Amino acid sequence: MKIEPPQGDPGRNIGPFYQNIPHPERSLFWFSYNSGKRGITLNLETETGKGLLRQLARKADVVIDSFAPGYLASLGLDYPSLAEENPRLVMVSITPFGQKGPYSEFKSCDLINLALGGLLYICGDADRPPVRITAEQSYLHGALQAATAVMIALYYREQTGEGQYIDVSIQEAVLRSTMVVQHFWDLEQVVQRREGDKTFRGNIATRVVFRCKDGYVAWRIFTAQTGRRTKALVDWMVEENAAGELSQVKWEEIDMALVSPEEIDKWEERFSSFFLLHNKRELYREAVNRGIMLYTVNTAEDILNDPQLKSRGFWKHVEHPEFGVPLVYPGVPLIYTEVTFGIKCRAPQIGEHNKDIYCGELGLLEEQLLALKQSNII
Amino acid sequence: MEKALEGVKVLELSLLITIPLAGECLAACGATVIKVESSARADPGRNYVPNAEKKPGLNRCGFFAAFNANKYSISLNLNHPKSKEIAVKLVSWADIVLENFSPGVAEKWGLDYENLSQIKPEIIMIRASSQGQTGPHAHHSGIGTMLQGLSGFTHLTGWPDRVPIGVSTAYTDFMGPYYTVMAAIGALLYRQRTGKGQLLDLSQYECGLSFLIPSLLEYTANGKVPERKGNLCPYAAPHGVYRCRGEDRWCAIGVFSDEEWKALSRLIGQPWAEDPYFTTLLGRKEREKELDKLIEAWTMTFTPEEVMMKLQDAGVRAGLVEDGRDLHLDKQLSYRQHFHHLNHPEMGVCAYDALSFRFSKTPAQLSPAPCLGEHNELVYSKILGLSDEEFTQLLVEGVFE
Repeated sequence: MKIEPPQGDPGRNIGPFYQNIPHPERSLFWFSYNSGKRGITLNLETETGKGLLRQLARKADVVIDSFAPGYLASLGLDYPSLAEENPRLVMVSITPFGQKGPYSEFKSCDLINLALGGLLYICGDADRPPVRITAEQSYLHGALQAATAVMIALYYREQTGEGQYIDVSIQEAVLRSTMVVQHFWDLEQVVQRREGDKTFRGNIATRVVFRCKDGYVAWRIFTAQTGRRTKALVDWMVEENAAGELSQVKWEEIDMALVSPEEIDKWEERFSSFFLLHNKRELYREAVNRGIMLYTVNTAEDILNDPQLKSRGFWKHVEHPEFGVPLVYPGVPLIYTEVTFGIKCRAPQIGEHNKDIYCGELGLLEEQLLALKQSNII
Repeated sequence: MEKALEGVKVLELSLLITIPLAGECLAACGATVIKVESSARADPGRNYVPNAEKKPGLNRCGFFAAFNANKYSISLNLNHPKSKEIAVKLVSWADIVLENFSPGVAEKWGLDYENLSQIKPEIIMIRASSQGQTGPHAHHSGIGTMLQGLSGFTHLTGWPDRVPIGVSTAYTDFMGPYYTVMAAIGALLYRQRTGKGQLLDLSQYECGLSFLIPSLLEYTANGKVPERKGNLCPYAAPHGVYRCRGEDRWCAIGVFSDEEWKALSRLIGQPWAEDPYFTTLLGRKEREKELDKLIEAWTMTFTPEEVMMKLQDAGVRAGLVEDGRDLHLDKQLSYRQHFHHLNHPEMGVCAYDALSFRFSKTPAQLSPAPCLGEHNELVYSKILGLSDEEFTQLLVEGVFE
């Protein structure tokens, strides 16, 4: 159950919008993160609103909030107050830096969460500023890890009957996705830097993104234990008379640490020319057939057309009666054999389930619902 | 102290990040997690970088330590015929088996779900792989650094005038671990209600896609293919990363309202900042490049820490772009005790990450990552109940190598 202020969640104003018409009921951004929910409106800054929230919390397993630290406490709606009503309640607060501490009051946004979480510094070209992914990421790391914490707390509650409070820091959630940046400093006093289209293995930088006929592919030179992956590509190049000196290299034996950067550049140039002769789809098809560790650098269009996802039934058609056509959503990333789960329905419209919930579940009369609406409480 | 997952038993057949990090998280919350390796097939993450004192070694690697804290490690030579009876005992002990070898590898050892569920019908098994266990590309092996190409992150990261670059980590490896933990607990609660175990099939590629839903909807609903835009944000200006004093030092700034701009321009206090053109979002957007240059000329006169504090004090969103060193000096991380400095038998004292969440009743507990086979005796004798004779016999025969 999503609770929004009477004018709607500000997230409804974030684009892209369906058919590019900006409107709170057309935000694809908002649809993305609110499908499957029921939606009600409630003004928490009124006494009536607070009372209704307490009633709802009595029936809830979990309360999730992302207000600034201290806001719910100022309304008397923080965990201790709600747990008084419902000791089995699990509550999780998700904020950029956690509930307390020197940065807890900082104003933030995706770019700043990524900056303070250590992920931004390692992304980008060496000769330009650090750069973010052109799609909000930090909140999703926070959300996913918060959901994980909720499951853990629910398990504990099922065993003991006790709820508890969980304080999530998005900064820390981002930090856990930087791989080993923090450990490079801790163990070797090395600052990992951004590498553009290259990746470092020890001190050797090799390219990971290559242009092809109609876009880009992700590939890199593998040697030693995984050298057969490179050899499989070279074998294909030999068939097309494009391998040149690469056919002489013993990919399964060489140690990249002993190869000069000039030599690596020369090899990459040769591979690069070969990729330019083919399109993404050809390269990927051969990669799958021959065991070459190459992937397409997919655009949204490529992803939608990927036979792998289609075969797994990944895409879901979700009805949007107002638009007259269903929209196609990505599904959930795992398949359960015993239960089905996934998107049940589109995101709710503003206050769509007010009557169901306030009258149907809390037992308010219709005239009470009208009174709440007219006094801007719902 | 109470542990949230007290009594939950997890067997981990794993390598690199996705399943190891899931096991680490479960173990930190109180589950007993046994990771199975062998000296011939140790987790390849033990051979990566960084290493304690820059000296490589199976028990010295920070990469392995980062994703394997809190667990028991046993070595078991799965190619040895007598390993089978031990594997049966381990599976009988476990509630949950987590696995992320390439599809087909577990089958080779008889550790696929069909076999496991014959040993223990209520077993829960989660298999994580690049693209899932089914479909035409299930067997195409992959690693996260490149899998992000498939998931769309590479295309969406970088500058419009340059090649796409992606994130220089195994980015898609950092969603799967949490989906795995959620799925494991969901399945466990389901089993408590119904008595039924099950198999779960997780695709890292699809996990990655779950972090790009609006971009995918923009195509499926509007037919528009989203492109990389550097650091631009359609509804904020300035919004970027600005060079500051020092070598490769940066501060991120985001101005989302005219009030925030007013506060920033007052702070800058230079005539150009008074330009009425910049007082509106539309004006700032129109001259964004020029604005970025002017702001950078100002930020370059300060350290990024100074810029962050000045701007935050004025109510403007700003943050130091932290490198590996900065993270260890970060006051907020330090306040939350993010880094735990734990003493590892071979690596000495080194930093371990806390989980991003703090429980009020069942705080997570961290212990250092295990050396290879460190818990053989404990697991084989105490947990599986082998007698001293049995243990020694199998040890001599090389079953625990």
